[in-house]
Amino acid sequence: MKKYLSLVLFLFVFVSLFTSVAFAQETTPTDNQVNAIAKQLFCPVCQNTPLDVCPTEACRQWRELIRQMLSEGKTEAEILQYFEDQYGPRVRQEPPRAGFSWLAYIIPLLVIAAGVFFLFRALKGWTKAPVAESASGGVRNDVSKKVSAQDDYVVRLEDELKKRK
Amino acid sequence: MTEENIVPKRGVALWTQITIFAFLVGLLALVGIGLQRAQKPMAEFNQPVPDFDIFYYEGYEYNNTPKMKLSDFQGKVVLVNIWASWCKPCEQEAPELQEAWQFYKEGGQVVFVGVDYVDTPIGAKQYLTKFNITFPNAPDLQSSISSILNRNMGVPESYVIDRQGILRSVKIGPFASVNEIKAFVDAWLE
Repeated sequence: MKKYLSLVLFLFVFVSLFTSVAFAQETTPTDNQVNAIAKQLFCPVCQNTPLDVCPTEACRQWRELIRQMLSEGKTEAEILQYFEDQYGPRVRQEPPRAGFSWLAYIIPLLVIAAGVFFLFRALKGWTKAPVAESASGGVRNDVSKKVSAQDDYVVRLEDELKKRK
Repeated sequence: MTEENIVPKRGVALWTQITIFAFLVGLLALVGIGLQRAQKPMAEFNQPVPDFDIFYYEGYEYNNTPKMKLSDFQGKVVLVNIWASWCKPCEQEAPELQEAWQFYKEGGQVVFVGVDYVDTPIGAKQYLTKFNITFPNAPDLQSSISSILNRNMGVPESYVIDRQGILRSVKIGPFASVNEIKAFVDAWLE
């Protein structure tokens, strides 16, 4: 009986020790947890310096504020929203998906789409040209007539070549 | 130019050129409009200061009013002091500002408004308590006040706005003494 009692006591102490550690971890957010949010924000004083690496006193205070909000159970989205409301959208690394800031998301896509379009056109042109050249010989004059219809320069070139013959 | 110098080039279709040009012009117009909208009016010397909202810190209201506008102070000389708890030079002038406020407070002709620039509420409260500051103080929410007043975007900076709401003086950096603050304000009390 005494043996069982000491075993139960040991288990109780063991379990309570671990739960207290877990509790401490929940209430005191780690630096990694704080920095995971801080790196999504800019230093309010320095230009373009992420909050997680900025050594200024202002940033140290902001990181402490993040730690406090995390320990109060606030979510990442709520904390980021708080900073945006308090200090303006300029503190966010990611531009807000609203109004004029949409351009930051749309323009790169448009530029890529335009690039793909022009690349496709250029590739199409490059693949056509060898076909025309490979059809040389008996049909050379026919081909040059077709091309000349599109390009004045080719017409002039053909004329010059004829004259030299 | 000789014939050899003529380089054959493939023409880009007219409709493509027009489309690209129209797109670029539209984009520039959009960016221009956006920037114009984002730009806030800035205070100019000897010109009326654009109005702004002041949401005071709890316990630091003016006449127990939690929210005011700058225009509510018409008829009084206003000293706006921009500070932050992380700013060491601000600490140099904090006791002098409080002493000067004690001097002007009873007269009712001068109002001091502290504007706390990109600060945390905890840091701000600690700073105000540490220097026993009692004059009205407010956070600079979304930098809405400093973007109108603060030319150098630094702290501390102080501004005197006269009874008609016109910006008269700017002090960049901390005040060295109470007398300097009095000279800064008194010039516009007459």
